[in-house]
Order: sequence, then structure tokens, then C-alpha cells
Amino acid sequence: MIIWIFQGIGHAIRTFIQEIGQWSILAWNIFKSTGYLLKHPHLVIQQMMEIGVRSLPLVSVVSLFTGAVSSWQAAYQFKGVISTSLSMDFLGAAVSAAILIELSPVLTGIVVAGRVGASIAAEIGTMKVTEQIDALETLAIDPIYYLASPRFMAGFIMLPILVIHADFLAHLGAYSVAFLLLNISTETFFGSAQRHFLIYNVFSGLIKAVVFGAGTALIGCSIGFRTSGGAEGVGKSTIKAFVFASAFILIFDYILAMILF
Amino acid sequence: MIIIKNIKKSFGSKRVLKGISFDIRDGETVVIVGCSGCGKTVLLRSIIGLEKPDTGRILIDGEDITILNRKDLYRIRKKFGMLFQGAALFDSLTIEENVGLALHEHTSLSRNEIQDRVVAVLESVGLVNILNRRTSELSGGMKKRVGLARALILNPQYVLFDEPTTGLDPIMAENITDLINETTNRYNITSIVVTHDMNSAMSLGDRIVMICDGKIVFEGSGSDFKASTLPYIMQFRTGNSDS
Repeated sequence: MIIWIFQGIGHAIRTFIQEIGQWSILAWNIFKSTGYLLKHPHLVIQQMMEIGVRSLPLVSVVSLFTGAVSSWQAAYQFKGVISTSLSMDFLGAAVSAAILIELSPVLTGIVVAGRVGASIAAEIGTMKVTEQIDALETLAIDPIYYLASPRFMAGFIMLPILVIHADFLAHLGAYSVAFLLLNISTETFFGSAQRHFLIYNVFSGLIKAVVFGAGTALIGCSIGFRTSGGAEGVGKSTIKAFVFASAFILIFDYILAMILF
Repeated sequence: MIIIKNIKKSFGSKRVLKGISFDIRDGETVVIVGCSGCGKTVLLRSIIGLEKPDTGRILIDGEDITILNRKDLYRIRKKFGMLFQGAALFDSLTIEENVGLALHEHTSLSRNEIQDRVVAVLESVGLVNILNRRTSELSGGMKKRVGLARALILNPQYVLFDEPTTGLDPIMAENITDLINETTNRYNITSIVVTHDMNSAMSLGDRIVMICDGKIVFEGSGSDFKASTLPYIMQFRTGNSDS
């Protein structure tokens, strides 16, 4: 029994290290493709549409309601239900900092991991099992340059833009709840947020977004290229991409928090 | 000219190719036949560098592609076109984009010039007015034709066909066989065809190579193949497992 547990742990560690190795090799090959992307900007723009623009509706809904619920929950705690009562004057500041530093980048990252990371793995995985990747090779087109690099670059560029969008909508959601349901005035909410606003909080959120966006695309591509086993294999790759990308975001959120704060 | 010298390839413990050697002369059509899983497709994929043999050499116009770096391998691949068994069309692209992709990537032709070339190649395989259609809107036979047009777009010296008639009805299979014959003759293409379809093999091949259990068991003309009394060949030819 104990041997099985240790075997399981050993297998998980080996798989994790192998994955990191695969991602690193792919990242290096993508890095070498910079010149190709400069000659083919339309490929990046297409993926920016797919990864960024088409994620807007989902990101909008998630961020609006995340802002709203964070305002409501913060007010619940400020009222002294859990500890000593705090003034509602601080609600705007508390919610705003949480949105900028943590909620927007992480939740937008998770949404993109689910929508984009999984779809990249499914798309490239399907191309792999239906010989479309081989067809690119026979046309002397490098699949990493043609498929992975534009997706990586689009993730790198678009996630910070989505996070800025999410920051605004989450603030709107938080303010709406504060104003309509908690009777906190506009001046009180935004005055508090403004007094405690730090531009560093915005940048730290954007740094996280860059890492999450590039990482999600990288993981989706890497898993997609290694798909085998027909439709079942594509299904497994899709799930794997979402799981790994989500875990990557949460682990790197912690690492970046340690570095940035 | 393609020279294949003592190619061996294994996947794990399974030995797929056990020492294959033969030549393909310029302008010739060689048909590779053999039972399922005998290594025909692995051999075809090795010729274009999609699989790397464990040992042996594959010389394309004197250059050994088994030892080339990626850049040189891509240079060699521009001499090739390949029609895949399932056509392997890019389903995110239109037919025009599928066929014209290699021209966009490897030439400095304008968009209009590329479109003209794409239209001409599609017409040569009997397809008109399908530029803006998606691959999901095409029948199996049309997909094979588009796949052939894509394989021909860079005016290749060599074209590889992997099971070109598999999955088609007998009439469409004959149409595709005729089209391959006509195309290879018109452009003087050296071609290698992997097939199970004996009608197609007899019609296409200047020479037939039969592989069994990873080794060549027959190499000769179609008429020699027809006349052969070797039990395995007779069995394969007639499709009768009791022969």
C-alpha cells in the first residue's frame, strides 16, 4: 500500500518534470520563430481575435459578477459578522485592491485556460490525429512556427488587455452592489478606492496576466502537439490542457505574489 | 532519383521495416502493395522525412535525408507533394487557402497571382467554383482532388500517394486513379503510390514493390506481378485467404 502511494507520487513528479521539459523545448522553438511572426502578422491578429475578442463576453460576465460578489462579501465582513465592525468607507479601497491584484488576473486567466487553452489543445490535437500537422510538414511549413507561435504571442498580448477590461467591469459590478444594495454613495466608494489606489497594483496584475496568457497558450499547444489516439486522445488532451493550465495559473499566482509583494 | 538503402524501423519492440532497399527512377511510378500493417505507410513517411529510420539511408537526388538538419529537410520537401489517405485538408481554412498555403509561405507571388495558380491547379484536377467552400462541405472524392491540387501547387518533382482510393466507391476510385495517371504523365512527376487497391495498382504502376512482414518479397512490372505464382502474391491478388 505504502509502495503504491510512493509509486504514485513518483509518477506524478516524473510526469510534471517531463511536462516542464516539453513546455521549455516548445518555448525555445517559439522564441526562435520571432522573425517568422514579423513576416506573418496576420497569423497573430487572427489568434488575437480568437483568444482575446471572442473571450470578451465570458470575461465580461465573470468579472462583472466577481466584482459584485466581492463587494457584497466584503460588506458582510465589514459589518462585523466575523470580527470587529469596520467602516464602510474602506469598502471601495478593499474591493478595488483585491480586483486589481488578484481577482481580475486569476479569474480571467482561469476563464481563458478553460476557453482558449482547452480549445488550442483540441484544435492542434485534432490536426495531429487527422494528419494535418504532417501535411504542414510535407509543405515545408514548420507547425511550431505556423500554429504555436501565433497562439503564444496572441495569449501574451491579449490576456493583459482582457484583464484591463475585467478590472473596469469588476469595479462596475462592485460599485453597483455598493450603491444599489448597500447604500454606499458614489463619492464614498470611489473616493476610498482612489485614496488607496497604487499604480503598482495595476502593473502587478498585468505582469501576472502576461505570464498566465503566454503559459496557457504554451500548455495548450504543447499538449495538442503530443495528442495521439483519435477522438479519445483529443478529449484527453483537452481536459489535460485545462487542468495543467489552471494549475499553472494558481501555482504561478503564488510564485508571482511572493516576488511582486 | 530516390535511392532507399537498407531501411530499418522499429516502434518499441515491434520491428516494422526490416531492411528495405530499392530505387525510384525519375519519371517512374512505383506502387507499393502489401498487407495491412506491413510497413508501407511507414516507408512512404520515411521517404519524405516524417519518420526517421533507425538505420539505413534515403537519398533524394543524392542527399541523404536521414541526416539532414530541419532547414535542409524543408528544402528537400519542397521537391515533394503528398496526398494523404484522409486528404488531411486544413479544416480551419477554405479550399483556396488550403491549396494556396504553400505559395503564400514559400513564394513572393501576389494574392491575385496565387489565386490564379490555385484556380488553374484546381481546374486541372477537375474542380471549379469551390474556392470559398470549407472542407466539411466536400465529398470524399472532392477532398482527394483538393488534396492532390495542394500536393501539386509547388510543381513538385515527386508526389507520394498514401492509399489514394481508400474509402471511395469503385467509380470514384477509378476516377481518382485516372486523374493520378493523367497528372503524373502531364507534369512528368515521379510518384510513389501505396495502395491495397489492385485495380489501381495495375493501372498506375510502372513497377510494383510488394512488402510483407517488413521486407520486400516482390519487385517487378505489373505483368510480372500478375503472372507470379508465389502463393502470397496470388492470395493478395485474388483477395482469397484460402488460395
